Amino acid sequence: MSSIDLFFQQILNGLTLGSVYGLVALGLTLVYGILHVPNFSHGALYMVGAFVAFFLIVDLGINYWVAMIGAAAVVAILGVLSERLVFTPLRHAPPIHDKIAAIGVLLFLEAVIMAIWGAEFRRMPAPYTEMLSIGNVAAPAQRWLIIAGALLLMAALHLFLKKTIAGSTISALAQNREGASLVGIDASRVAMLTFAISGALAAVAAVLFAPINLVYPAMGHLVIMKAFVIIILGGMGSVPGAILGGMIIGFAESFGAFYISTDYKDIIAFVLLVVILSFRPNGLFTQGER
Amino acid sequence: MKYLVQKGGWLILLLLCVAFPLVSSNDYQLYVMSLAFIWAIAASGLNLVTGFTGQLNLAHGGFMAIGAYTLGVLTVDYGVPFWIAFLLSGAVSAFIGYFVGIVSLRLKEHYFAIFTLCVGFILYLLIEKWEALTHGTSGVIGVPAPPPIGPVSFESAISQYYLVLFLLVVSLFLMHRIVTSLLGRTFIAIRNSEELAEALGINLMRNKVLSFVLSTFFAGIAGGMFAGFVRFIGPDIAHVMHTFDMITFMLVGGIGTLLGPIVGTLLVTWLTQSLQFLQDFRMIVFGPLLVLLVIFFPHGLVGSYKIWQVKRAAKRAAEAQQAGTPIQSKSRIETNASGEGVGEEARSNA
Amino acid sequence: MLNVKGLTKRFGGLAAVNNVDADFEKGKITAIIGPNGAGKTTFFNLVAGTHKPTSGKILFQGKEINAMRADLVARLGIARTFQTTHLFENASVFDNIIVGHRLRTHSGFWDVMVNSRRLRNEEQICRKRAMEVLDFVGLADLAPRITADISQEARKRVAFALAMATDPEMVLLDEPAGGVNPDETVGLSELIKKMVVHGYTVGLIEHKMDMIMGIADKIIVLDHGEKIAEGSPAEVRSNPLVIEAYLGSEHAAA
Repeated sequence: MSSIDLFFQQILNGLTLGSVYGLVALGLTLVYGILHVPNFSHGALYMVGAFVAFFLIVDLGINYWVAMIGAAAVVAILGVLSERLVFTPLRHAPPIHDKIAAIGVLLFLEAVIMAIWGAEFRRMPAPYTEMLSIGNVAAPAQRWLIIAGALLLMAALHLFLKKTIAGSTISALAQNREGASLVGIDASRVAMLTFAISGALAAVAAVLFAPINLVYPAMGHLVIMKAFVIIILGGMGSVPGAILGGMIIGFAESFGAFYISTDYKDIIAFVLLVVILSFRPNGLFTQGER
Repeated sequence: MKYLVQKGGWLILLLLCVAFPLVSSNDYQLYVMSLAFIWAIAASGLNLVTGFTGQLNLAHGGFMAIGAYTLGVLTVDYGVPFWIAFLLSGAVSAFIGYFVGIVSLRLKEHYFAIFTLCVGFILYLLIEKWEALTHGTSGVIGVPAPPPIGPVSFESAISQYYLVLFLLVVSLFLMHRIVTSLLGRTFIAIRNSEELAEALGINLMRNKVLSFVLSTFFAGIAGGMFAGFVRFIGPDIAHVMHTFDMITFMLVGGIGTLLGPIVGTLLVTWLTQSLQFLQDFRMIVFGPLLVLLVIFFPHGLVGSYKIWQVKRAAKRAAEAQQAGTPIQSKSRIETNASGEGVGEEARSNA
Repeated sequence: MLNVKGLTKRFGGLAAVNNVDADFEKGKITAIIGPNGAGKTTFFNLVAGTHKPTSGKILFQGKEINAMRADLVARLGIARTFQTTHLFENASVFDNIIVGHRLRTHSGFWDVMVNSRRLRNEEQICRKRAMEVLDFVGLADLAPRITADISQEARKRVAFALAMATDPEMVLLDEPAGGVNPDETVGLSELIKKMVVHGYTVGLIEHKMDMIMGIADKIIVLDHGEKIAEGSPAEVRSNPLVIEAYLGSEHAAA
């Protein structure tokens, strides 16, 4: 393969990774925008999504797309439950407490999945196994699927937030809580809706990514931490920031793995974070102070 | 007599710990208990920065790993005498803690927690990948046990038990000095409100970094002792799960109290032991437990007891005042005025 | 005592405080009033070092303090209170005050480790100072009580006590009578006057006009970040610009 082809392969890799990270980060940033909770259990939701889909596809023989919808629904419900049972009671607690509770949810979900499926790595069959070339770049269909699926979802989410009433209430609440409650927005319904969307996005991201990756109980750890890096880069609570940040991390990783070292590719995102926060304590795209 | 009553909880706990080897039936129980003491030292360090200073540090397990690897690598690969390596385990951890602190503590609340989560993960990855230094996934094997100091040797399980207990007591003694002093009050003021603390002329950065460095020192020596006690270390000890474990210990016992992390560690360790069949799945129990604690019992065992104690004292003082003896009430204040805190406060977000 | 010249603070494009001049005379009560969002608290935040000014000068006793960190400003002798004071709820009132004098002590980590004589001395000094200021604000009896149990008015007094424990020259009070009933407001006015008698210089933000008109020596009126009037209570009361600013908002003089 010529070096230019290799270069395009890295771009494709970056796009794939960036799409997945972006979807996960989107859910995280929406929840942060509404509740100001860094939801540490978000990675566990991602992981549960993959396992639910795995169960539906492998054990029940259900179609990939149906399984994806099923996984999204299950995880959306889990998200809503965690909002109702855990985060709502802690709304006025001191700042450390909701974070610790989120960690509790994370530990619980992981342990449950471990208890049912064990710790071993599983492989989810890809729905389409052929190679697909666009221009000069050939890649497994699943990769194209990830990129297309993620872009589609992001566009849909954008339309939802801008064009529908439910969506614009989410944006309104994220921008100004008190103001929103003054004009009669039911904050708790919006919070539930946000958690549902956030969970569904995480599940879809997991189901898209799983066929070219592995399914195991700890699969959410790295992804959630990178998603945090992304939303800090992009500004916590910002939707375009999450997408852009996802792409930045995706490309940094794919090129870093190729041109620097595969061993340390997972560190790249964190080193980037450390460097950026060292110079800009409030993130990359935020302005002003406090 | 009054002194005895006040320090009763401490004395009883200490006596129980000293007497434990006499009543315990086997070495295994001693082993479990000693290990719990080591975790208690680390958890108590976490409590200093998180419970007393209000900074949720999710890299704490990583600093414990730094301590463990410092001792392991220095003794096994470089032939450094155990006790020197042990002191260095605290020093190296605190040294790295200083640099992590001056960067991370500029960040507030969520940013700090997320940042330290990432730092913990970087430490874990570094330990796993940097084979030349850390032996990678195969870990450091054959870490020496603590060699004798003068006539005292640490070969038997009992002597090791007392060694670790001694270390715990010394750590707690130092911790007690810190949190009941003006320094501890400074930390608590920062926890209550950074804005107010700063307006009171407290240098936030300097004090937060000090608290952070001290906490990493405790994590470091706990890690060093862990390595010398278990005799084998792998990258696993840097895993963020251990930080989560310590948070559980701290919450069960009482976050922001001196004894809380110790009580919590012992209790949770024995609970886990008696639920042995759960081993891998213990989080099915502890995950929801953590959530329930935070919602319904945020002060933990010791914290709730402390609040009750402070309230009772305040009530008595009020009664004494009504009876017209204000002098008495003043001496009351003095006894309550240990800087030891009770958990985080529920702030009404007006 | 405190001289502010051309003070401006922009957040993004918006000027929260715009080109404000103000002088706070020694031993006087200078009040800042204005409708909600006029930039009063931002003004305090700039003086106290919580925010950095975009431009302008702040001189305290002739020394330039713009862009100085808040803790250093406190050391220089400007104390402040907040609209809400986050206290350690499950500790006694007395415990909460002790740390107020911390900035005048020098004991560090090693003093703590060896429990030095200096540390023990300084702890005694801090306790003594805490008792003095509690006595001053009239809360000596409440000293041993749990902070969570005390009234809103007592909380305001605790905030005063904390500020005074820092041994300031000047105290900035941000809505000291917010959420407090009229009788208690009178009591707090008395306390503020007592502070002046004892040589403190006071800067005051307040919405309660009765209180302001009763105690202020000078009033500065801000509206949309700009100073629209300045003078004695009588002068300000009759100033048409002020009346307009207030009629235009929900906060008509109560």
